[in-house]
Amino acid sequence: MAAPPPEAHSAARTPATGYGRLTRWIDYRLPFIASMEHHFTDYPTPVNLNYWWNFGSLAGIILVIMIVTGVTLAMYYTPDASLAFDSVQRIMRDVNYGWLIRYIHMNGASAFFLIVYIHLFRGLYYGSYKYPRELLWILGVIILLLMIATAFMGYVLPWGQMSYWAATVITNLFSAIPVIGHPIVTLLWGGYVVGDPTLHRFFALHYLLPFIIVAVIGLHLIALHQHGSNNPLGIDKRGPQDTIPFHPYYTIKDMFGLMVFLLLFALVVFYIPNYLVEPDNYIPANSLQTPPHIVPEWYLLPFYAILRSITFTIFGIPAKLLGVCAALGAMLILFFVPWLDTSPVRSARFRPVYKWVYWLLPISLIALGWVGAHEPKGIVVIIGQIATAYFYFHFLILLPVLGKFERPRPLPISIAAAVLGPRAAVAGAAEGQ
Amino acid sequence: MLKAAAAALAAALALVVAGAAEAQEEAPPPPHQTWSFDGVFGTYNEATLQRGFAVYQQVCSACHPVTHLYFRDLEKIGYTEDEVKGIAAKYTVTAGPNKEGQMFKRPARPADHIPGPFPNDEAARAANNGGLPPDLSLITLARDGGPDYVYAIVGLGFTKPPPGFKPIPGTYYNQYFAGNHIKMPPPLHPGAVKFDGQPASVPQMAHDVAAFLNWAAEPNLDERHQTGAKVVLFLVVAVIVFYAAKRRIWSRIPH
Ligand code: HEC
Ligand code: HEM
Repeated sequence: MAAPPPEAHSAARTPATGYGRLTRWIDYRLPFIASMEHHFTDYPTPVNLNYWWNFGSLAGIILVIMIVTGVTLAMYYTPDASLAFDSVQRIMRDVNYGWLIRYIHMNGASAFFLIVYIHLFRGLYYGSYKYPRELLWILGVIILLLMIATAFMGYVLPWGQMSYWAATVITNLFSAIPVIGHPIVTLLWGGYVVGDPTLHRFFALHYLLPFIIVAVIGLHLIALHQHGSNNPLGIDKRGPQDTIPFHPYYTIKDMFGLMVFLLLFALVVFYIPNYLVEPDNYIPANSLQTPPHIVPEWYLLPFYAILRSITFTIFGIPAKLLGVCAALGAMLILFFVPWLDTSPVRSARFRPVYKWVYWLLPISLIALGWVGAHEPKGIVVIIGQIATAYFYFHFLILLPVLGKFERPRPLPISIAAAVLGPRAAVAGAAEGQ
Repeated sequence: MLKAAAAALAAALALVVAGAAEAQEEAPPPPHQTWSFDGVFGTYNEATLQRGFAVYQQVCSACHPVTHLYFRDLEKIGYTEDEVKGIAAKYTVTAGPNKEGQMFKRPARPADHIPGPFPNDEAARAANNGGLPPDLSLITLARDGGPDYVYAIVGLGFTKPPPGFKPIPGTYYNQYFAGNHIKMPPPLHPGAVKFDGQPASVPQMAHDVAAFLNWAAEPNLDERHQTGAKVVLFLVVAVIVFYAAKRRIWSRIPH
């Protein structure tokens, strides 16, 4: 194999002056400091990022919080169907600050989803998935899917009524798949009912998946740093005048955002820690008694609603299978957004129509969330079906067609020109950022 | 984007509220009571909890266990170590095996769980017309309304049934129980328990036992509220400091 060209040791990879000899010796061989500087200190970042860009680093921090609290919980938790519920109560009562660790982990899952959903909708608004960031986006969708799997299995661990019945209902959905459906369900259960083997394997996977998420986040960051962050104008950086070093400008901004988040999070953890919990989950799992309403956690409600919105058969395909496909499709469709959106302009600021119709998507998802939390009767079903139809219409028809017919507003020549030029000249400044 | 976000949220809420009008209720929501542990600075009141424990011990414990409580936990509501030993010693638990391999009975100790009234669920059902008296040590977390619900069930719910109500043998009318047919006979009667030698009223007993059960479900509430106040205060300062630092650093460059 030929020796790598000299520029492979790029200047950016040699540590800055000011370090001791040992540090430099190590860094020459294992460029830890150099890559930290390259990726976090000097990393050139658009000067105009707004607060919606805080949510990526927040998501990373909450993942660390989840892993630290999760590993601590695992030291006391027992994944045995006859002991799991009581072991969680022991954590709550007898482990020093066990209540705090568990309340952080429990509410941390919700915070994680809230942050990641905001992060994702930020991407949809500012077109961050477009060339050349398609893989970055796809890796993000993979992280979301892994999070959903992780959180679902975590929710089963306390082995309360909702844990047990949510596990039963959700795993049963796989049985709708023809031929391989039932073998898959048996594999998930480790038997013919949800029981002790199910709990054991869910615990093993719940411990494993977060570390796979860490690995995918690594790839997500590599892809991000290849072309750098998008920005609210959605135009490429043209030169150094458009960027500032990540540190100290965005480190301090991220720290400020983190403190605001921690403050809100602390209010929930310390004052309403059970606000999002179904009371039924404080009743031990009982396979003989079905709770009146089985609902997943709030962050899965829209998908649950889509699933139940399909109440009809098409071409003899049973409603249940169609529902499963529709719910799964709602997640998988995100992979194709970079190609479904045909507009050459990234930021919604310069897309006069998209800027408004964009909001119908979060509205339909919130409506679906509400539908998922209620019994599927009467108006609930109808709202669910309308919102599901809109969800698919938005991605499959609106995005491709709008890109072709919408006339985008003129783009600024550069980020610097837009930021430094007279405010009034900046298109979109009236938006009140 | 913020303004539009608010508008979107409002629109979604409107949709949700319109739909919510359709939903129907089973039992009325329990009316809200005043609790010493309400709110950010709320704390438990030891005298209330001790009276509540007396109600539990003298009335509810005939049917309901408090599965997750140890006798030693009672020290946290103001009983001394010796008092707790005394309370425990009145109960018998099965222990062993001894050197001969025999299980034996001995008086309970502070480190024992508070024993429940029945050896198993079947015995509990057999004694209660088929109804299972649930564990009360998590009941305030396991029901919507928490302590308000417990108060409503035992303090308010056992009223005269409305005309046209069809009784089911072995059940009692309770306004706040889903379906209104409860297999628990009205447990509280005026004077069933004496507080400081005075016969207590039903609302008093219901209030104190609900407070006690809230403590049984969340014994760390006081610590949670106090730690929370410190953490929140710290974070408020941190938010201000970091905001100032952010403004200052960003003032170096035009943006
Ligand atoms: C004679 C036995 C008996 C006594 C004494 C008794 N209960 Fe019950 N309790 C029951 C039974 C049986 C049920 C189950 C009712 C059902 O499922 O229909 C029950 C259910 C309950 C419930 C749960 C209702 C629900 O939502 O499922 C609460 C709360 C409750 N009891 C509180 C108390 C309190 C507080 C006391 C003491 C003041 C008490 N009980 C005394 C037998 C008793
Ligand atoms: C992606 C990050 C993670 C998410 C989203 C997540 C989510 C969850 C959820 C929703 C619960 C149920 C909480 C409850 O209702 O009590 C839970 C429980 C649990 N998790 Fe995690 N988790 C994550 C990471 C981890 C890690 C890395 C571990 C380490 C082993 C872990 C260990 C546990 C344990 C032991 C429980 C059971 C105790 C309990 O229920 O409180 N988690 N998790």
